Amino acid sequence: MTSHVETTLALKAEAQELHFYYGGTVQALKGISLGLADRRATALIGPSGCGKTTYLRCLNRMHDLYPGNRYEGAVLLYPDRLNIVDQTVDPIEIRMRVGMVFQKPNPFPKSIYENVAYGLRIRGTTKRSELDGAVEQALRNAALWTEVKDRLHDLAFNLSGGQQQRLCIARALATGPEMLLFDEPTSALDPTATARIEELVTELKQKVTIVIVTHNMQQAARVSDYTAFMYEGRLVEFDRTEKIFTNPSNKLTEEYVTGRFG
Amino acid sequence: MYLKNAIDRSTESDPLRRRITARKFRDRLFALTGLGAMVVALLVLLALLGQLAFDGMGRVSWQFLTSYPSRFPAQAGILSAWIGTALVMFLTALAAVPLGLAAAVYLEEYAAKNWVTDLIEINIANLAGVPSIVYGLMALGLLVSELRLGQSFLTAGLTLAMLILPMVIIATREAIRAVPPQIREAAYALGATKWQTVRDHVVPYSMGGILTGMILSLSRAVGETAPLITVGALSFIAFLPHPPFSHEFPFVSIQWLFDPFTVMPIQMFNWVSRPQEEFHVNAAAAGMILLVMTLAMNALAIAIRARFRRRIHW
Repeated sequence: MTSHVETTLALKAEAQELHFYYGGTVQALKGISLGLADRRATALIGPSGCGKTTYLRCLNRMHDLYPGNRYEGAVLLYPDRLNIVDQTVDPIEIRMRVGMVFQKPNPFPKSIYENVAYGLRIRGTTKRSELDGAVEQALRNAALWTEVKDRLHDLAFNLSGGQQQRLCIARALATGPEMLLFDEPTSALDPTATARIEELVTELKQKVTIVIVTHNMQQAARVSDYTAFMYEGRLVEFDRTEKIFTNPSNKLTEEYVTGRFG
Repeated sequence: MYLKNAIDRSTESDPLRRRITARKFRDRLFALTGLGAMVVALLVLLALLGQLAFDGMGRVSWQFLTSYPSRFPAQAGILSAWIGTALVMFLTALAAVPLGLAAAVYLEEYAAKNWVTDLIEINIANLAGVPSIVYGLMALGLLVSELRLGQSFLTAGLTLAMLILPMVIIATREAIRAVPPQIREAAYALGATKWQTVRDHVVPYSMGGILTGMILSLSRAVGETAPLITVGALSFIAFLPHPPFSHEFPFVSIQWLFDPFTVMPIQMFNWVSRPQEEFHVNAAAAGMILLVMTLAMNALAIAIRARFRRRIHW
């Protein structure tokens, strides 16, 4: 039940007694209190249906897209202590600050360039030179630039699955988000593409706060600094990743990370 | 020993084989029934087309396309009819397409998912099934009598637009629904508003389906006769509507909107109801041309669908 990160570390976001209900009745999160360290990667692990994706999608108010969903409690976004799940806060503002990469690569059926530029276009950027620069920078940050620089105007669908996922990362990075949410980003990819994404996440966490949901324990161990183990809508244990994987304090956590259940 | 075993086996497996044979027989029986049904439908269609071609083909000529109707069958043509059809279709599309698109986008993307929306959805489906003559009566009361638009191109276009509006809405909603929710989520996750998501993603990606639905709806409207007779189509028009351009400022003229109109099926109906055999031939020839127009529209719909399918596959 502990949610403390070492006091020396700044927090980027912090859930305080967060409850979440799907369709107004099904309670998927039961009082989550969890701090996310600034410019660190936090992994969310747990068996299917434990609420980790639900928690992730609270962080950019994705649940607002579907009727009847309800939040209780608070998720503070630092440094301005904006309550993400407050209904008076515009979800569009949240999503402009918190980017997301989905489970299955979901590029738009447009060119590679337009995919990356879209976030800037909806913010009103029209100057070609500005867009060009931002697109290149985002693609470089997503380790995709060298592979696509000669075919920026090809359809994004012609890329491989792994490239498409890195394109989606570039698309999210282009607008300079403060926090980036990854929802099982490699579950649809082969091992090589997975390795490249993991490498990328490890690099990105120096610049941006990362929250990653994963079913792959090794992945959590490889890329994250902190790990939260969730079970049935509750946070069971939260600690430094090495601690969770080598010496967890909770019996359930130990059983899960050693593969005895889940 | 061998013999006994073989006999044993055959007596054992016989019922099994019989059951398999019986099941396969029923399988084949169904396939044959289906084939028969298809052949009957196809033969009827071919017979109709053949009859039409046989009767009318000899009459289709340049003269036929460029002449006004006449009381002499050999001099009669369909100039006012096909131009009328083209203009009415233009007006129908102009009215039904933006209305249908906007209504479908609203219902699919904006409307709250509750019983009111369900009720509206059911009733749009019902409206698509209302007999076209009822639309004609409604148009006669509303457009001709109340709004005093007269028995004009404008009335005809708006009548057919009302008729196909439910179809356009249904087809557009289907197309919009085919856009995967992941694409919408991708746009929203970048901070897009609903309008930006609709304008930049949902509508462009469903354009193939939307256009197909619109063209198929229009190709239904092309053959409509009853509602146009109701609102007062003339069956004998020996002049063209006013030109849409004028010599004086502002160089466009909307005079033609209020001219009396006729369309292909009305012309055909008129010829068929005459006693002279020669006029029936004219009707068949006009039918051929109307059929070609419809088939061309359907072909265009297929081409558009194929083009968009190549570009976008989920």
